[in-house]
Amino acid sequence: MLNLTPAEWTAVALSLRIAIVATAFALPLGIAVGWLLARINFLGKSLLDGLVHLPLVLPPVVTGYLLLISFGRKGPIGAFLNEHFGIVFAFRWTGAALACGVMGFPLLVRPIRLAIEAIDRRLEDAAATLGANPILVFVTVTLPLALPGIIVGVVLCFARALGEFGATITFVSNIPGETQTISAAIYSFIQVPGGDAAAARLVLIAIVLALVALIASEWLSRRAAIRFHGE
Amino acid sequence: MSVLVVDVEKKMGSFNLTARLQAASGVTALFGPSGAGKTSLVNTIAGLITPDRGSIALDGTVLFDSSAGINMPSYRRIIGYVFQEGRLFPHLSVRQNLDYGRWMTGRLHDADEFERIVTLLDIKELLDRRPRTLSGGERQRIAVGRALLMRPRLLLLDEPLASLDGARKHEIIPYLVRLRDEAHAPMVYVSHNADELRQIANHVVRLDAGRVVVAGGVELLG
Repeated sequence: MLNLTPAEWTAVALSLRIAIVATAFALPLGIAVGWLLARINFLGKSLLDGLVHLPLVLPPVVTGYLLLISFGRKGPIGAFLNEHFGIVFAFRWTGAALACGVMGFPLLVRPIRLAIEAIDRRLEDAAATLGANPILVFVTVTLPLALPGIIVGVVLCFARALGEFGATITFVSNIPGETQTISAAIYSFIQVPGGDAAAARLVLIAIVLALVALIASEWLSRRAAIRFHGE
Repeated sequence: MSVLVVDVEKKMGSFNLTARLQAASGVTALFGPSGAGKTSLVNTIAGLITPDRGSIALDGTVLFDSSAGINMPSYRRIIGYVFQEGRLFPHLSVRQNLDYGRWMTGRLHDADEFERIVTLLDIKELLDRRPRTLSGGERQRIAVGRALLMRPRLLLLDEPLASLDGARKHEIIPYLVRLRDEAHAPMVYVSHNADELRQIANHVVRLDAGRVVVAGGVELLG
């Protein structure tokens, strides 16, 4: 039914790779920020909260542009990373992953923060009296109890990363095989005469991927919730 | 001989805890009306509340001393704590809850010890269950087992029967009496119920409005 051309398969594979890498790198940071926002009162907390949520409300093209001027080859962060670590984001798939990670970050942090806020801290006290130091308390009590929220955050971030368009195309352009994701490929196909069929095939794939991600998250978080909290 | 020596002050809003007490081996009852500061006092001993001033020593080890700047964190005190609401970990099985203290302190499994405590509390049938499937009385027995299996130097029990109805209370008390007679760790037992304490306590410390009013034998329970 779906006879994708090699170029189309490349876009699908690239999208998946970018979304997986973006989510994997965002996750530890998302847990740290979610924990920070849920548990610690510090100066500038509202500012951090605002910064995290900014990509959600800014036009994606603005986020992409900000990434370009800071992480581009001539941008301050981009030049530094290139010079000292040989890491280049501009016009690479890694840049697309960075853009997707930034765009998905608020969707990742929010459910994690809510899940950590909902944890009964008396269980953490109980763990401490049983000999668990703060790191062990976090790993053996806080993290597993926040798991349903972490799963929701991961799926939302992954789905966002999979469909990201504006920030990505602004930051790393639309290069087939390097930064051309499903969304960018669909955009290219509908710009050219006769590209409708190819665009339709990719649209179908995008719908299927989104549905699978949603169903998987629903199933996983329900399982986790039943396991930990009963119903 | 005193095992536990406490002399602490803590201001909590409008409430002042100013408690001085000594506890010997056996069961020391912390007795007094609700709001007397019993749970707060037990929390300072466990290290969950940091006093403003004073000192706490257990078996000659200083756990807290404000003048010397010593405040041993809760996880190093090795004090077993049985909470009023059990506080079993909902994401772990009963067996994993029992083993938790051993994992955290990095000890190897001791089958004899495990067997002895499981038998003492009669919880063998419950090992593979999840906490949410247990009755209140079963939960409290697991909570006692979990605290005992970390080999505590002191066992704190904060109203362990308060959440149970009359019949369930009578189901647990024999286990606690056995615990007193078989376990080596001294126990501090918080309750406002004189009947319950009469069956378990060796010594009584009466607390009211954040102060120790009187300390002595079980005859203080009236």
